[in-house]
Amino acid sequence: MILGLAIVLSLSVSALLLHWQDKPARDALVILFQGAFGSWHALEDCTIKAVPIFLCSLGVAVAFRLQVWNIGAEGQFAMGAIGATWVVLQFPQWPAFLLLPAMMAAAALGGGFCGLIPALLKVRLRANEIIVSLMLNYVCILFLEYLVYGPWKDPVSFGFPMTMVFPPAAIVGAIGSSRLNWGLVLALACAVGFWIFFRFSRLGYELKVCGESPRVAGYARLPYHGLVIAVMVTGGALAGWAGFLEVSATLNRLQPSIMVGYGYTAIVVAWLARLSPASIAAASLLLAGLRVGVENLQLEMQVPAAFGGIMEGVLLLTVLAGGFFVRYRVRWRGFS
Amino acid sequence: MRKGCLLLGMIFLVWMVGAGGAGAADEALKVGFIYVSPVGDAGWSYAHEQARLAVEALEGVRTAFVEDVREGPDSERVMRNMARKGYDLIFATSYGYMDSMLKVAGEFPDTVFMHCSGYKLAPNMGNYFGRIYQARYLSGMAAGAMTRGGQIGYVAAFPIPEVIRGINAFTIGVRAVNPKATVRVVWTKTWYDPATEKEAAKSLLDVGCDVIAQHQDSPGPQEAAQERGAYSVGYNTDMSAFAPRAHLTAAVWNWAPFYLEVVESVRNGTWKSTAAWPGMEKGIVGLAPFGPMVPESVKTRIEQEKARLINGETRVFAGPIKDQQGNLKIAAGETASDEALLGMTWLVEGVVGTTE
Repeated sequence: MILGLAIVLSLSVSALLLHWQDKPARDALVILFQGAFGSWHALEDCTIKAVPIFLCSLGVAVAFRLQVWNIGAEGQFAMGAIGATWVVLQFPQWPAFLLLPAMMAAAALGGGFCGLIPALLKVRLRANEIIVSLMLNYVCILFLEYLVYGPWKDPVSFGFPMTMVFPPAAIVGAIGSSRLNWGLVLALACAVGFWIFFRFSRLGYELKVCGESPRVAGYARLPYHGLVIAVMVTGGALAGWAGFLEVSATLNRLQPSIMVGYGYTAIVVAWLARLSPASIAAASLLLAGLRVGVENLQLEMQVPAAFGGIMEGVLLLTVLAGGFFVRYRVRWRGFS
Repeated sequence: MRKGCLLLGMIFLVWMVGAGGAGAADEALKVGFIYVSPVGDAGWSYAHEQARLAVEALEGVRTAFVEDVREGPDSERVMRNMARKGYDLIFATSYGYMDSMLKVAGEFPDTVFMHCSGYKLAPNMGNYFGRIYQARYLSGMAAGAMTRGGQIGYVAAFPIPEVIRGINAFTIGVRAVNPKATVRVVWTKTWYDPATEKEAAKSLLDVGCDVIAQHQDSPGPQEAAQERGAYSVGYNTDMSAFAPRAHLTAAVWNWAPFYLEVVESVRNGTWKSTAAWPGMEKGIVGLAPFGPMVPESVKTRIEQEKARLINGETRVFAGPIKDQQGNLKIAAGETASDEALLGMTWLVEGVVGTTE
């Protein structure tokens, strides 16, 4: 409800901005919509882009449920991509049924390890996980750059920073004749798992309780520290899988341009969606659609690229403000 | 509050209903451009944009561009979208678009794809670049003549062959007029980030460099040089407007003649897939006008060298050329082959810095 209204409100603001730029606002929004969801191709593009955002966002949401602020999805994504690539470079001759599971495992380990560090520092030294996980992003990205500029650089790439192209066995295939890949199924499975976990499992219930009030958790003798570690590692592993899918299915190699900020978009998505998997899926599709649609809008109307970022910002702002106005009522009082 | 929102929503929906589709198809040749950074007021994408405007001015040609497109899956999607919409010719102007373009070119055999600064070809995909290192060599001569302390700073994006080749050519130019001068390199690991570029330039000025050159897309380093009273050498486009007191000259791109040629050849069906690497003789690269602080004698010397480059009397990478460790990489009497230039990963003698 709020999300719907916020979307309408932010689209109205965007329309106003377009109008000020002397663009026909109504046609522009139609073009935006067509580019994002208006055809089978557009939907495919949008879904492909939504999958990594969705997985990162799910990982962020697991931690947010416990009121642990994991800002490190970007770095965990990078470590997942690195882990998966490491397996490919070590065992390029393995068949797909060995290679792909090994890549998945390595990606989960890489991402999970990256989540473990801020979790351990938080429970041992009470270090702020926001700062640690945020700073760790830069460490991970620099590590990725070191690898592709140095030891992992493809000898036939003319010195450009990228690994060799993955062998076919290391590539997550397309579903049928579409451009969608099986990563979509993995993402859906994770979503169902997330839902079942929080709906039916004892641990999921404990997480929710702890998230509502860590002090209650203390009285109930819930293992708060253990839970922090569990959610950070799980979140890292999910973001790591997003990295695995990007290198394996979309790029077919590791290169620095894999880092396009999905980990940060994921935080926006998790907030927009209020941490439930179905709405995370919807919000991921929405933001992916916005990015894809704005490209179409640029092409047709030469709107600046920054417009997409503005729309995204307005959307987040209206949702947050909307939540505020639903919870509180503005009362007008005379000035005296 | 809620009612207000609902009302707004209703108004919005009513307004949206009945919006018409856009852009009727016509017979014009459609040419698409993909830029890696926002067009802005100067720099790499701006230089391409100037050429696009020249193409747009042609009779019977329609153009469009998408800016700030990330290399990788995003660029693939943009290209595919253009091809689906019936664009006849697509220019992709960043190295990282290469593999995506190759993939999309295979799916749309009737569209002509042109990739800038790569090396892969397909029946309907050509690649092109210009020998900007020639202009860098000449701009290096200006820097070498104008430095007082003998230390020149170079703000560089990524340690890839294109950038390394430019640093090397620049340094050879510097040392042609000032054999003792050195060129200090810092890597920003970004093509376009005005703040980072400017900071990198400042760090070079801090260690005593008094001329700043750049392989970056923003005029940030130029501004840093002017603020400290140093000189600067620009890149991509004439950047003198941003630092009039510092700007000696710039190694500039002039893509328009080449783009017009390609568009014409696609239009009359004579286009062929080739790897084009024209140089100064075609006018695709050049020098921006010299600043008022550059003395006549220096200008004359550079102009003479430019004439010799154009008529082929001199080459930038003519031996003997040594690397940083003093190993002879190009023997006396030899010149580097295009393959060697395209895969260049070592720095010449006189460069302070590493390729990492």
